[in-house]
Amino acid sequence: MINPDDWQIIGFTLGVATLSTVFIVPGGTMLAFLLARGRWRGKSLVETVVALPLVMPPVATGLILLKLFGRRGVLGSWLEHLFGVEIVFTWRAVVIAMAVMSFPLLVRAARVAFEEVNPRMEQIARTLGAGELRVFFTITLPLAARGIVAGTILAFARGLGEFGATILVAGNIPGKTTTLSLSIYSFVQLGQDTAAFRLLVVSVAIAFAAVWISEYVMRRRTV
Amino acid sequence: MKIARFHKLLAVAVFAMLPVPSLRATEICVFAAASLTDALKEIAVDYEKKTGDKLQFNFAASSVLARQIEEGAPADLFFSADEAKMDALEKKGVLVAGSRKSILSNTLVIVVPTDAPLILKSAQALVAPEIKKIALGEPNSVPAGVYARAYLEKLGLWEQVRPKIVPTENVRASLAAVESGNVEAGIVYKTDALISNKVKFAFEVPAAEGPAISYPAALVKDSKAPAQGKALLEYLESKPASVVFEKFGFIVKP
Repeated sequence: MINPDDWQIIGFTLGVATLSTVFIVPGGTMLAFLLARGRWRGKSLVETVVALPLVMPPVATGLILLKLFGRRGVLGSWLEHLFGVEIVFTWRAVVIAMAVMSFPLLVRAARVAFEEVNPRMEQIARTLGAGELRVFFTITLPLAARGIVAGTILAFARGLGEFGATILVAGNIPGKTTTLSLSIYSFVQLGQDTAAFRLLVVSVAIAFAAVWISEYVMRRRTV
Repeated sequence: MKIARFHKLLAVAVFAMLPVPSLRATEICVFAAASLTDALKEIAVDYEKKTGDKLQFNFAASSVLARQIEEGAPADLFFSADEAKMDALEKKGVLVAGSRKSILSNTLVIVVPTDAPLILKSAQALVAPEIKKIALGEPNSVPAGVYARAYLEKLGLWEQVRPKIVPTENVRASLAAVESGNVEAGIVYKTDALISNKVKFAFEVPAAEGPAISYPAALVKDSKAPAQGKALLEYLESKPASVVFEKFGFIVKP
């Protein structure tokens, strides 16, 4: 059935997808809050830029990332020079590609969640003397939590399936940057349909679980 | 009145979309190895002028193309960068029996970005720690990668350089990785290295030491333009085509 190589791929994919999700949750949640509540200059511009990876061809996003993080790219050369960190064709590039591609999903879900929080609740907390931070962490965030968690799961699932941007910035290096989707692709190219099918079943199972859990979280009513 | 006019317009539009074989030049669909891209495009210009037929190309790694043809992709002619892919298709019976011809040969080179100070005395230098990543075609399927691997295995270097390998979709992607400076070195065909001014030869594998590289072409059985395909295959072996291939650095087989 599933052999050690498959497990390596599954483990790696789950690992990088988790890492990228952990990476984007704090910033994504904050940004979603600012978009939901704030009125500030450039808000619609930020909104559009954040949504771009969702609508742009993933390969195009990948190209931008490659140009940014490549050894001769603005960020890539800087990171390598300062910290000696290589990005392209390493697992870090996989994390970045996944993070960028799934960020809009998280922000959208979290934003809707924040918009649904009744501002009067926050108002009441304020009249009772709570500071803004306390209001956020004890009222707003808990009330929006369900939506944020659902968005996080969706973002995670999107990250798992990332292909177009990943193959450009991280390549498809067995044991190093090969994720589930890249691996399925290679197997099909090599004509090893049985192996591809094994991983296909695995990805369907993971996707099923992710969507099911996110639906479950969304539906559960906080009593 | 308006509706009638709309219908007329619709009829015209539908007619315009219908293919009219007698008025149109035949399209010959050529599936060719990525390394042949520039040479074949140049040959196509002459060929189209000469015959009036149109060449439609699909350039990719021969392994990818072989797989597509096997799945029934509409190819008329397949021009592979190695014999193994052709053997596989022949065994599956998707090629026109007896149409297969080995036309070209090539050599391997190790390339580095033009501005890199590295000059390698031999392939042995790929082991050096300064070389962190080496791009080559996917070494199990893409011909350029299979050849490069065979060469490194013959030298007993494969296991040592293996962790540095960045496998690519096709040979041109290896070239691009070196051009962008994202890898320190790459192994490509000499003909690829020649078309790029962003890479330089670090080491040229002598033809006698490298693996035997062979580019066979054959007609595909399910072709919709068998006669035109045959004519094209003959042209690829003709003098004018050979001149172009040689200009790009290919070795034309006798």
